[in-house]
Amino acid sequence: MSDAASAGDSIFIEIEMSDAVASDPELATKLQEVCPVSIFKATDSGPEIVVSQLDECVLCELCVEAAPQGGIEIIKKYG
Amino acid sequence: MRFFEFEARRIVEQAGIPVTSYGFCTTPDEAREAAAEIGGPTVVKSQVLTGGRMKAGGVKFADTPDEAAAHAEEILKLEINGHMPRGVLVDPKAEVKQEYYAGVVWDGTAKKPLMLFSDMGGIDIEQVAEEHPDHVGRGHISNLDPVFDFQAKEVIAATGVTGSQLNRATPILARLAELFRDGDMLLAEINPLAELTDGRFVALDAHMEMEDEATGRQAELLREKLGIAEDDTRDTYVPSEFERRVKAIDAADHRGVIQGKDHNFDGNLGLVIGAGGGSLTLTDAVRSQGGKPANYSEIGGNPSVAKACGLAKEVLQKDGVEKIAVMMSIVSNTRVDIVARGVIKACLELGRDPSEAIAVFRIPGAWEDEGARILDHYGVEYYDRSVSLWDAAGRAVEKVQGAS
Amino acid sequence: MSVLLTPETTFIVQGITGREAVNLTRECLDYGSRVVGGVTPGRKGREVHGVPVFDTVGQAVEHHGSQIDGSVVTVPPAFTKDAVIEALDNGIKLVVIVTERIPRGDVAEMVEYADRQGARIIGPNCLGLIAPGICKMGGIGGPAKDAEKAYEPGVVGVMSRSGGMTTEISSTLTAAGLGVSTAISIGGDAIIGSTYAELMPFFEADEQTEAIVIYSEPGGRMEAQLAEWVRENDSRLPIVAFMAGKFMDDEEMQGMSFGHAGTIVEGKEDSATEKIARLEEAGIRVVERIDEIPEAVREGVSK
Repeated sequence: MSDAASAGDSIFIEIEMSDAVASDPELATKLQEVCPVSIFKATDSGPEIVVSQLDECVLCELCVEAAPQGGIEIIKKYG
Repeated sequence: MRFFEFEARRIVEQAGIPVTSYGFCTTPDEAREAAAEIGGPTVVKSQVLTGGRMKAGGVKFADTPDEAAAHAEEILKLEINGHMPRGVLVDPKAEVKQEYYAGVVWDGTAKKPLMLFSDMGGIDIEQVAEEHPDHVGRGHISNLDPVFDFQAKEVIAATGVTGSQLNRATPILARLAELFRDGDMLLAEINPLAELTDGRFVALDAHMEMEDEATGRQAELLREKLGIAEDDTRDTYVPSEFERRVKAIDAADHRGVIQGKDHNFDGNLGLVIGAGGGSLTLTDAVRSQGGKPANYSEIGGNPSVAKACGLAKEVLQKDGVEKIAVMMSIVSNTRVDIVARGVIKACLELGRDPSEAIAVFRIPGAWEDEGARILDHYGVEYYDRSVSLWDAAGRAVEKVQGAS
Repeated sequence: MSVLLTPETTFIVQGITGREAVNLTRECLDYGSRVVGGVTPGRKGREVHGVPVFDTVGQAVEHHGSQIDGSVVTVPPAFTKDAVIEALDNGIKLVVIVTERIPRGDVAEMVEYADRQGARIIGPNCLGLIAPGICKMGGIGGPAKDAEKAYEPGVVGVMSRSGGMTTEISSTLTAAGLGVSTAISIGGDAIIGSTYAELMPFFEADEQTEAIVIYSEPGGRMEAQLAEWVRENDSRLPIVAFMAGKFMDDEEMQGMSFGHAGTIVEGKEDSATEKIARLEEAGIRVVERIDEIPEAVREGVSK
């Protein structure tokens, strides 16, 4: 079994947040709202990534648009 | 949804069509009581949703209530074509002078209900139509206008029936047509419709089937008038383990629709294929080129990665499956990249190498470039719309046969 | 020209605020179709991609200021009949019903009502129709750029019981340089508004159309009806048919439904083998593979 599958990590999609985004509770609520596949969970300290949902990302980039420029990056692990 | 005879009788009775005074019983004691109440000779009939009950011993005549109870005891234990009876119907043994047929079915070409009548009742109407076409009367009714009695009269008169028989049968066929329309039936049939020695017309046996799509709005008839429970769907089809599991995966997530069937499929090539027409076409293409499908499937409506993954995993884990073929006609709603992710994820989670487990991937259309990138990364053989469904299926067959 | 659609064709979308309807509206607008309004009761005053939403069809017609030609109906099954009759009573003559799982009594009622009004219904359970380069009415072919890729203007009229296969076949015709005059997804149910035979006269009258391709499935009498039509009418159009679902001929598959609601083999008459025989008797060329269609069309046209 591949590492990716067994570790419970995502296989296809990774999301990177800048420190500013990661510690912004207000933005967290917004991200939770805009993401159609529930990748973001709002907490008091900022957005949390729901790892089990990452591979459902539909590449709509609504999260990228909601965040300040360069604050969120969608990484395709398949290159 | 099919109805038992005792329910079909209740339906025609409520539509104002005369029936004999019958009793539905689930124990021998009830049958004895019913027979005593009727008084005189009775007939005890198995209540099963299958034909051929006469031949199988599911219909017996009794002269006394005790005899009726004894027959009921036997019939209640008698399995017919794999069906256990829901109960028995105890009916007076009618003194029949003549048997007729009255029925209503859909005519898909005319897009209207079609009334049928024959003076040769008690046998299969299709047989009568073939052997004695002049003994079958036919006539459409409108979907919008009321059913007029004269329309039924014309149908009956066409078989040569006249006199008081014509006048007695006319309202029966007209009411049957109304209940067919009002009850969203696919079939409403009285066979035989009996003319008794005293001249009365009664429905001796009735067959009814309601369209599944309409059972929701027919709740009053089904629940209140017939007392049929909501989970009593009468579906005689017993799903396989694979079919149950795919259904559960589909129900767990509202995005997209997946369906899987594997009755009478037991090959080595798993099919992760999509949309109604595409799935039919691809299954034929695999079989025509010597391939042996392990299942049939339909993916539609842009499912989530998890759902596509769930279906692919079930197919990959089916006994005898060596490889899967992921193929669809050109998609416009379902996304190529999402399906690609799903099937690759399925392979990885089962510890299989996608480039080995997936014989071919042929889905052109929405997000195909993104899909191709994913498939490339995992070395999966990918085809776009320039490769036909036939050739993609052929390639899958070639690869799975090379592997075995 | 084309069949049923022109560059001037105007239509509304009933149930326009639903998720699928919003997409469909976007696709049709992008393709250049004239979507002049939408109806969702209680949502008057909103807009969907710039298309004004009304409570009633009557309001949409009044706002448009003249007759509206068509409607794409996407409302849930329990409300479809009412929506369609509302459209017909407001003078709409071409109704595409996308909705699935409508009881057939309702379908038959709508069709009879439309007949009396001299209107036409396409569907239910269909993706609509497209006249390449002219108008796309419904989700057929998907987003405008995808529809353009699969459907180029040409000489073949396509009718299909499967929405997806309409695009697969049209794409094959486009790739072969034949192109499509009009493609109609006629719907997968047992009773539909317009069958092959009922649509044939429109293609017959269309100068652009030189041949017909149909996609068929087991179940129903629609193919037999087409065979009868061909025998009774001296059509100028060669017809090529593709029949899917031959595997359903196996005895074990009897009574099981695959694909669409109408696809179920209940008697000998509605099996694939029987239908192929009927079509061939009427002189219709039946091909085994989709990729054989362009060649068969060329042979038919040159005869």
